[in-house]
Formats: sequence, structure tokens, C-alpha cells
Amino acid sequence: MKNIKWSKTTRKNFLTYGLVILAYVVMQILGGAGLVSSSLKGMLVPICAYVVMAVSLNLTVGVMGELSLGHAGFMSVGAFCGTSTAIILQDSISSAPLRLAISLVVAAIFAAIAGFLIGIPVLRLRGDYLAIVTLAFGEIIKSVFNNLYLGVDSRGLHISLLSDRTNLGEGGKLIIGGPMGIGGIQKISTFTAGFVLIIITLVVVFNLVNSRAGRAIMAIRDNRIAAESVGVNVTKYKMMAFVISASLAGAAGALFAMNYSTFVANKFDFNTSILVLVFVVLGGQGNMLGSIIAAAALTILPEALREYADYRMLVYAIILILVMLATNNPKLKSWMDRLKSSHKKVKEVA
Amino acid sequence: METVLKIDDINVYYGSIHAIKGISFDVKKGEIVTLIGANGAGKSTTLNTIAGLLNSHTGSIQFMGENLGKQAAHKIVSKGLALVPEGRRIFLQMTVQENLEMGAYTRKGDISADLEKVYGYFPRLKERYKQVAGTLSGGEQQMLAMGRALMSRPQVIMLDEPSMGLAPILVEEIFNIIRNLHEHGTTILLVEQNAQAALSVADRGYVMETGKIVLSGTGEELLDSPEIKKAYLGG
Ligand SMILES: Nc1ncnc2c1ncn2[C@@H]1O[C@H](COP(=O)(O)OP(=O)(O)OP(=O)(O)O)[C@@H](O)[C@H]1O
Ligand SMILES: [Mg+2]
Repeated sequence: MKNIKWSKTTRKNFLTYGLVILAYVVMQILGGAGLVSSSLKGMLVPICAYVVMAVSLNLTVGVMGELSLGHAGFMSVGAFCGTSTAIILQDSISSAPLRLAISLVVAAIFAAIAGFLIGIPVLRLRGDYLAIVTLAFGEIIKSVFNNLYLGVDSRGLHISLLSDRTNLGEGGKLIIGGPMGIGGIQKISTFTAGFVLIIITLVVVFNLVNSRAGRAIMAIRDNRIAAESVGVNVTKYKMMAFVISASLAGAAGALFAMNYSTFVANKFDFNTSILVLVFVVLGGQGNMLGSIIAAAALTILPEALREYADYRMLVYAIILILVMLATNNPKLKSWMDRLKSSHKKVKEVA
Repeated sequence: METVLKIDDINVYYGSIHAIKGISFDVKKGEIVTLIGANGAGKSTTLNTIAGLLNSHTGSIQFMGENLGKQAAHKIVSKGLALVPEGRRIFLQMTVQENLEMGAYTRKGDISADLEKVYGYFPRLKERYKQVAGTLSGGEQQMLAMGRALMSRPQVIMLDEPSMGLAPILVEEIFNIIRNLHEHGTTILLVEQNAQAALSVADRGYVMETGKIVLSGTGEELLDSPEIKKAYLGG
């Protein structure tokens, strides 16, 4: 039994990797042949970023079983810290991919620190406090970056809050300009970088879920008191999942931001958090492949519906509801199960 | 006989509620000791404090000569003190076998011998080893919770109302298993509402009332005591 079950999750994981790689290869071939519309091309990096956002949020919501309403806050931390790093390194590191990689790592570290600081007070508590605290965190981070000024000149970094008091010297550069956000960004994010980030995210998440720590995290979700009584360190494992989730969101934020020449803090608001949560819920909690498909499809859909202009959001909402109904329909589910089992039988016969 | 667990003057509060008011007792190696008392007397609070889920403001909890102090719950299991919490806290989404494997979470190495041993105590679980735990009956869930605790190879196992809500025949089965564990040398601290059954298996018992121990003695003494008869045994 154990073996069959193991191989079932392993098979699903490989299917996920396979489909992501296939999608990447297909897009590269189509792109090379000039068959990809420019609007779709412009969406490839955001799609990758949202996929990473959805998979990482699924770690908190699906695997750990805690509601987070501020995932965009970590994306924001990553976007600002990562992009600032890239701008600071612009002259010293000429290789764009290397600069991007370093920036994503810095973004992930800062987002992880933010996750850790939130986790310390919240994850010790019993009860659903995470939702409310992450909601507040998302809003606070937004106002912080809306009022933060960061500049660099020959004397080093200068930070000020509320108004620009960085007093930059000759040749100095204002990086973060409060409500103006960050401008003059070199667009160094690429589809390939996004693809690599998705693969790294999947490796991290799948390995965590299949590890001893992953079993502990799922045991806590199942029954916290039972988990405590068998000797699971509840706070530690919750913290581990939450910090990893936050750091991946930070990397996604940096990837996302460096696809544009300018962005502002308001981009990463409550609506973005909810959008990512919708991806997770639609794709199925704990189902990473579902999150990926939902994130990609729902990022493309509004664009694809552009020709219906006025009815766009209406159609979008209707499709959402239909998908929701379809994925929760017991008849459809049993039909899918039967399809799967008959498929298996055919294989066994063969 | 060697004392394995010694509780000395513990006081536990829930906010401003003073739930445990300076109680002391001990458990010796190989004994079954029972704590009985009415609803809200503080029995579960006592067990949860020993297990490290709650903290005492005063006094000490000594286990095998070591002061457990303010050690976290997850460390206490690996020291050999296992709690089967009140209300059958099992992992509903896991199979029976996965639940048992989680019981050995703090241990390293091969657990197949322990699985066989637990299945020996609970043949019903063996028949259902791959059934999802959420679909087990109440009695089977209780057995699973007890089996899971045994997987950590505890020196002392604490059972919080194992017979709660079970039909008489199942209560009997659970108590037979407790007797069986006792014969194999397991030390047991048993909390029960079912005073009759608990006192008949116990070597010694303590009676709790509103956070205090009001009476103690051997199982037989308590069964025969008029106060107990009046308060708990219906006459
Ligand atoms: N989490 C809590 N918060 C506040 N008060 C609590 C809490 N848990 C228990 N109490 C109170 O502490 C006292 C002791 O409760 P406890 O659960 O230890 O009783 P018990 O003897 O196990 O009762 P029962 O036989 O009903 O399980 C009760 O007055 C109860 O209301
Ligand atoms: Mg109780």
C-alpha cells in the first residue's frame, strides 16, 4: 500500500515537472517560429511569477492548512529589494542573468525575513490569526514602500521615510521614489529565468512535502493536538513552511518587477493576494499542478477576452464559477475517477 | 519500587481561572495509577501539564529523576512519556498504519517490530491497517490513539478518558487492553470518569475535586470507601 501511494505522488510530481518543461519547450519553439503573439509574449514572465506565487501560497494554504491573505506583501518585499539590488549592481556586474540571479536570491532572503518576523508572534498561537495578520501585513508593506525613499551615491545608500531627504551627492541615483515606486528598471527578467524559478520552486516544495518535515506539517494540519502529542514541534514546522512560502513569493516578486521598466507599491495590493488565493482554491488545495494551470489560465484569460471588452470581467467571473462548479461536482469527479481507473486497467492488461 | 513520575505542588491557570491548586502525587514503575473526579475537576489539565502542553507556575514535575520544568511538549515524548489526549485525537486523513508511523515520529530506526507489537495488542487495527482513520468507529479510533502512543516506546503512558462515549462492550475491551499492557510491564497513568472500571484495574487512585486531590488510596480501598460509593458509584 505504502509503495503504491508513494509512487502515486511521485508520478504526479513527475507529471508536473514534465508538463512545465513541455510548456516551456513548446513556447520556445513557437516563439522561434514567430507564432507567438506579442501580447502573449509580454505575459510569459508575469505568468511564471504568478505560477510561483500560486505554488508557494499553496504550501501555506494547502499543505500547512493556514489561510494567508497577504501573499502579495511578500511579493512586494521581493520586488523592491530585488530590483534595488539589480540597480545597485548594474555597473559592477555586467552579466544580466547573474545580476538577475543575485537579485532573486536577495529578494527571497528579505521576504523570508519578513515571513519569519510575522511568524514569530502568529504561528505560536492556536487559532486562525494568520489570515488577519497577513492581511494587515500586506497593507502595511504597501504603505511602507509608498513612503520609502532609497538612493545611492558615492557615499553609499541613503534611506528616508515620508519625504525625500536622501540628499544625494553628485551622480547619485534615487532608486525607490516613494509613491513613484521604482523607475528606469532594466528589463532583465526573461521567460527562461521564470521557467528556472518555477522548476526550483517545484523542487523545493515537492521535496519539503515528501520529507519528514512535510509529514509533520501535514500531521499538524490534520490534528494539531495529536501532532503535539506524538512529539512534533508545531511552531518550528509551521515556521519552516511559512518562511519557505514567503521567500519563494519574494523571488517571484523580483522576477515580476524586472519585467517592467517601472512599478509602484500599489501593484501588490489586497486584490493581488486574493487573485493568487483564487488560483490556489481553483487549482485545488495541496495540488501544485492545479495551481500552475489555474495561475497560467487565469492570467491569460482576461487578455484573451479583451475582444469582448465590456463583458470581459463578466465572462471572467462566469468562467470562474463554472470551473468552481465543475471541479467540485461529485458526478464529474466520479466520472474522472472512473476514467482514471479504466485507464489503469487497460495498462495492466497491456 | 522506583518512582518514575513525581508531581510536586503544581498550580495551573487558564488566564484568571485557577484550574489546578497545588496538587502532588507520584507513579511508580509498573503501576496503574488512576485520577478520577467529576467533570471539570482538572484531570485533563493535570495530564496536559505533565505532557508539557500547559505550564505550572510552581512546584516541579520529575520524570525518571529529571525535572521536566518548562520543557516543550515535543521534547517530552522522546524522553519516554506519552499522552493519549482526551477525545481521540487521531490523524483523520491518514491511514491506520500511517497514524502508527507518526507515533514513532521522535524515534529513529526500524519500527516494524513495534508495529507488530501494537497490532498484537489491537488485532482490530491490523485488519484495518490501510483504512483511512477518519472512517474508523469511535472504539477503533481510541485503540488507534493508544496504539500510536505505544509506538514511541514510552516508559509511562497517560490515558485521558479512554472509555469516553463507548458502548459497555467496548469499554470492557479497552480495559482488557489496559490490563494486558500492565501485565507486560507498562506504567500507566489513567484518567477516567468511569470510576468503577478505573479503580478495579488500578493499583492506586487519587480523587480530584475542583483542582485539588481530596482522597487517595489503593484501588480497592477507594472502591470500598463510602465517599466514593456515594459520589461516583451511585450508592
Ligand atoms: N482552555 C481552557 N480555558 C479556560 N478554562 C479551561 C480550559 N480548559 C479547561 N478549563 C477549565 O479548567 C477546569 C478543569 O478542566 P479539565 O478539562 O482539566 O477537567 P476534567 O477533570 O478533565 O473534566 P472532564 O472529566 O470533563 O474531562 C474546568 O473548570 C475547565 O472549565
Ligand atoms: Mg478531561
